[in-house]
Amino acid sequence: MKDLGAPALFRLQQMQKKKRPRKPNPHLGPPLKCADRLREIMTRHYYLSRFVKGAKPVAWVTSGAPVELLRVFDFYTVYPENHGALCGAQKLGPEICSKAEDRGYHPDLCSYARIDLGHAFSGKTPAGRLPRPDLLFCCNNICQTVLYWYKELSHYWDVPLIVFDTPFNFKDIQESDIRYMVSQFEEMIPRLEKISGRKFSDKRFKKIISLGSEASLTWGRVLATMKHSPAPMTIFDAFVHMAPVVSLRGLPVSLDYYRILLEELEDRVEKGIGAIAKEEKRLMWDNIAVWFKLRDWSLLFAERGFNFVAATYTNAWAETIHYLNPESPFESMARAYSLVILNNNMDHRLKLMEGMIRDYRIDGLVILSLRSCKPYSVGQYDIRRLLGERLGVKTLVIEADMTDFRTFSEEQIRTRLEAFFEQLEE
Amino acid sequence: MTYFAGIDVGSLTTEVVILDKDDRMVSYAISATGANVTEAVEHTLGQALSRAGLARDRLNFIVATGYGRITIPFADKKITEISCHAMGAHHLFPDTETVIDIGGQDSKVIRIDGEGKVIDFAMNDKCAAGTGRFLEVMAGTFQVPIDDFGALSLKSKREIPISSICTVFAESEVISLIARNEPAEDIIRGLHRSVVSRVWGMVQTVGVPGPVTMSGGVAKNPGVVILLEEHLKKPIHIHTEPQIIGALGAALFAKKHFLRD
Ligand code: SF4
Repeated sequence: MKDLGAPALFRLQQMQKKKRPRKPNPHLGPPLKCADRLREIMTRHYYLSRFVKGAKPVAWVTSGAPVELLRVFDFYTVYPENHGALCGAQKLGPEICSKAEDRGYHPDLCSYARIDLGHAFSGKTPAGRLPRPDLLFCCNNICQTVLYWYKELSHYWDVPLIVFDTPFNFKDIQESDIRYMVSQFEEMIPRLEKISGRKFSDKRFKKIISLGSEASLTWGRVLATMKHSPAPMTIFDAFVHMAPVVSLRGLPVSLDYYRILLEELEDRVEKGIGAIAKEEKRLMWDNIAVWFKLRDWSLLFAERGFNFVAATYTNAWAETIHYLNPESPFESMARAYSLVILNNNMDHRLKLMEGMIRDYRIDGLVILSLRSCKPYSVGQYDIRRLLGERLGVKTLVIEADMTDFRTFSEEQIRTRLEAFFEQLEE
Repeated sequence: MTYFAGIDVGSLTTEVVILDKDDRMVSYAISATGANVTEAVEHTLGQALSRAGLARDRLNFIVATGYGRITIPFADKKITEISCHAMGAHHLFPDTETVIDIGGQDSKVIRIDGEGKVIDFAMNDKCAAGTGRFLEVMAGTFQVPIDDFGALSLKSKREIPISSICTVFAESEVISLIARNEPAEDIIRGLHRSVVSRVWGMVQTVGVPGPVTMSGGVAKNPGVVILLEEHLKKPIHIHTEPQIIGALGAALFAKKHFLRD
């Protein structure tokens, strides 16, 4: 988006900001050098959004949607879930959620949906301003909530909505399912052409498919560096560094970024540099991050020598998206997006977690039970029991929301975490 | 002689146990925590020391536990009440496999191994359902002293089920039952059942238990114990002072850490 003259403005803005030197924490290893580059990429992305209206068509997209197709038409994409995470990290969850609750949305509704609707009603956001969509693009491979949420937005703003429906995978994916999904893509193309005013190009599509697949593969390699001990990064880093593969996938910048990140991590592995000063136990995380606790917890765990080295959540963008294949772009896209963890059966999830526990040599599993996200949280007690029986892995279940800290009980969670540490330290 | 102290600061009561090097309980003290944790700790510790006839500097190692553990600056180590209840219960009843602690603001079920170490645990989440607090609020509604509440429930001949697990909603349910002239003991029995079903749910998440020990103040409530034993189909170990099990576990850890250092 060089055309918008934003880089110069962005640089100016950066110059005006004074850099606060960060005190090194004795429990953490040296910070990742790439973090500055990441901040620049993401700030730039959000910053450009202020000027994009009119220059490019704008689409709001769910995190699991096949965005590669939209990239062909040069859509500028906004990820409300990523924005929700940003609001969560900045501790704005309750404030923005309540804007939706004021209009009658129930507090049991996913807090990403409440933040997004609250933002739509009030304009509140830490990102300056988000551009209004020309298109809402929703895929139900992550949950059914997104369907109703996007319908609401579509109704509220009178903006067209495209839904990509992915049949749930109960056992094995069927040919008829693939055909059903491919036919939806075929129907979408003329609509996308009309909304964007741009023509579909097969050549461009294949290129974007390759970029998406490569970015997902490279992200997978980034995560795999944590198989080493000490792990060169923690899952708390990965929660932040996953932003490009989620929201800039299919653009060259995401692939470029993961290449330099991978290089830095491989270098750290070679030199034996760990993300925390003393990695004594290795943990796995299940579910979305608790965004408002990221910093506190990364320190709490590091102090005790506990390092999270794997998460089903960060893994979700490395697991299936690399199935994308320019040889069969539509079929591979159907496969890649319908087999994601939340659209797949419990047995699959169990086997996936078993494999990760072995590969990453996990000593303990922390399961977050999240009222916001029912599809992610269902079955967790069975998973905990079965993994315990099969692998003897110690598991802790905690309850929290990823952004709305009104239901967070600091003291209770702290006691549970500490008891879990004591259990593993014995 | 070396001495060790365990201090358990709970939301309702604070307990101190002093042990000698042979694991003999030299003294203990229990008092209400109230609004000032520091004062409660000083007072209870002072009491336990004077009962033992010891000066404070005779304590070689102090472990603090309970939700107020972080506010005890002079403790040599802080350990969660989960590990401490496990250790205390194992010490008193070595065959214990499961510890059920129904406390003032939270309840927990802990699975332990043959050495008193925690294998797994479950706790109630964020709400007073299934805790001592629930029973206390309800005793208040009936204007019955909490110590008599359990005994009253035993008089019931026809238990009335309470459908709401929320303390606030259950209270209004109780008030409407009272208004309908339902016998108090039948309602009270239903309230005890409500607490026990919540706790039983936690028991099942950590696995069907072998020998069970109960700790915490609610272990003194016969209404709860009888219903739990009904589920378990076997008697529960209960110490004469079930409230001090956390502090006892803390004192045992104090000794362990003193010897290790
Ligand atoms: S319910 Fe879960 S999958 Fe759906 S939007 Fe919310 S967090 Fe995402």
